[in-house]
Amino acid sequence: MQTNATSGQSRQVPLSGVDLEVWEGGKGRTVLFLHPGDGFDASAPYVSALASRFRVIAPSHPGFGRSSLPPSISSVDDLSYFYLDFIETQGLEDIVVLGVSLGGWIAAEIGVKSTARIAGLCLVDTVGAKFAGPMTREIFDLFSVPQYEQARHLYHDPKLQQQTYAHLDDETATRMARNHESFALFGWSPTLHNQKLADRLHRIKVPTRLIWGAEDRVVPPSYGRHWEGAIPGASMEVIDQAGHYPHIEQPERFVASVARFVDTLPARGGRNTP
Amino acid sequence: MQSWYFSEQSYYPAWDRDVTPKVTSPSSLVDPEIAHRLLRDYIEECKLCDSLGLNIMANEHHATYTCMNVSCLMTLGIIASHTTNARLLALGVPVMSRMDPYRIAEEIAYVDTLSRGRLELGLIKGTAFELYISNAHPVTAPDRYWEAHDLIVAALSKRDGSLSYESRNFNYRYMNVIPPCYQKPMPPMWLTTLSTNTAKEAARRGHVLAITAVAKAARQSFPLYREEFLKTHGRPAPLDRFAYLGYVAVARDEATAIERGRKILDFVRASERIEPRFINPPGALPHADNARFLKAGTTVTHRNKLLPDGTPMSNPPTPREQIINNVLFAGTPDQVYQQIKAFYDSVGGFGQLLVQAGGTMSHDEICDSLRLYATEVQPRLTALTKSHALAA
Repeated sequence: MQTNATSGQSRQVPLSGVDLEVWEGGKGRTVLFLHPGDGFDASAPYVSALASRFRVIAPSHPGFGRSSLPPSISSVDDLSYFYLDFIETQGLEDIVVLGVSLGGWIAAEIGVKSTARIAGLCLVDTVGAKFAGPMTREIFDLFSVPQYEQARHLYHDPKLQQQTYAHLDDETATRMARNHESFALFGWSPTLHNQKLADRLHRIKVPTRLIWGAEDRVVPPSYGRHWEGAIPGASMEVIDQAGHYPHIEQPERFVASVARFVDTLPARGGRNTP
Repeated sequence: MQSWYFSEQSYYPAWDRDVTPKVTSPSSLVDPEIAHRLLRDYIEECKLCDSLGLNIMANEHHATYTCMNVSCLMTLGIIASHTTNARLLALGVPVMSRMDPYRIAEEIAYVDTLSRGRLELGLIKGTAFELYISNAHPVTAPDRYWEAHDLIVAALSKRDGSLSYESRNFNYRYMNVIPPCYQKPMPPMWLTTLSTNTAKEAARRGHVLAITAVAKAARQSFPLYREEFLKTHGRPAPLDRFAYLGYVAVARDEATAIERGRKILDFVRASERIEPRFINPPGALPHADNARFLKAGTTVTHRNKLLPDGTPMSNPPTPREQIINNVLFAGTPDQVYQQIKAFYDSVGGFGQLLVQAGGTMSHDEICDSLRLYATEVQPRLTALTKSHALAA
């Protein structure tokens, strides 16, 4: 697998009152990548690995990165409608929507509304649905952990768990702080889920692959199995030696898993997939 | 000068246990019989204040050993029936965490009617850690705060029938407060803040500005309030628009008073034992502050750790250090008056002193300190503000 840097670039796309930052790179089938709660980093190894196989379009959600946040967007429901508009206005068809954690939740909310332009969904350690009763907290409350300690819960690798941020320049640190606030805006309560989503997952009519870190302590693989059972025809792959972010901890195996799934999808017929 | 007795009504017997005193603390460490006695002692202290000419202030907190009062309006309703003269200050109702403005308005009017118009009212934002308990959204809370504040004022002011309200945050078909407030249109309003922007907003609205135990904030905010009040209202801000909360311990001899001060400061120590993860929910502070915490890998509280000359205080700070910092006023009646007057002069004066006692002080110690304060300090403070007003 080619994992050296693949050139891509960021641009600002005005849409529905949002000045949206969108990174795009690579060629092949279009993959709309929806990032998790700490934002999108184009320099991460999984990005170049994905872009070596696919045309990757990776927006920073409203409120993240250099994307603005209008008052009209304050929920994952709002984000899902926003991205349906994005897919339509960008003329994307037969795409794969790939979402990690918060991004998986957004992808699922898109999927239950419309898959008209979507060939497949790939949900990675996703949050967003509640399957257990009210006395059971299935999704670890990342908001009861300071931002500087999030890594302890996100990663399996002890080295990654010990991340520190003193070296960051102020602009980067401020952007990360804003990302975390926006993450909370969308996920504070109910904590990282929509009570109604589980009962709507049957509406996802396209092939769906769940990818899960075997050592995920935010949402364990057993939680992923609920998703697998709720989405018709869904299947799940578990990646060893990875926590909540397998795309960071095991980028090659992660991209290989995505590629195996995409290869099973029917040949594309959309206009915008070179 | 008006003085207001204030106690957090702490359950201090649990403070020496090796558990966090906030949010996730086991309630099994609270002995119901001891809690009952402490709450009854508190009511007796309020009755004493009523007889001594002191006013009474109550606050509320949630899920903590440091404050057993879970509703300041409920408590003031109880105190209203045990007192006849004292004015009763709710400082305050934490609007960001209390998510039903109509219910708040109803309770305000009830207490004001029951007390025959003795209620004064602070609609405050509340403590950030309590957003974890109420589950109120920390990111949208600041916007929701002012909306709820103004909605409560509108509901209390309306006397000719119901109010209809529809917004993104609150929806009411028929909002109608019966009985209405005894005072017309409503009780005097207060605000607490450590933010200079909010201090200016308090000035524009004519609310009493209360600074709680942070002298530096009073020195920053009082002049800004004066400036903004003059600009908005075309006259100087009266002294009664300024309030300061200090820990107050009075005794016949200095050593006893200092020991009482140390017991009050036990409250600060217990309060600071909050787990860092609950200090700063996302969205509660500006991005730049959160970026600083991220880089530092730690979260700190707003409590001052330095003396005015920049020297770090002891850990924990001693009573004498907190006297220098104008957080604690402790000593004989003469000493306490001189300490308050020096601080009063340094901030351009204030007309309301919130007199916090409690901590691990016994009921008898609190009552003795309050008697000395009311009989030997308060008269001189009254004379001080009178002469200030005459000079103005």
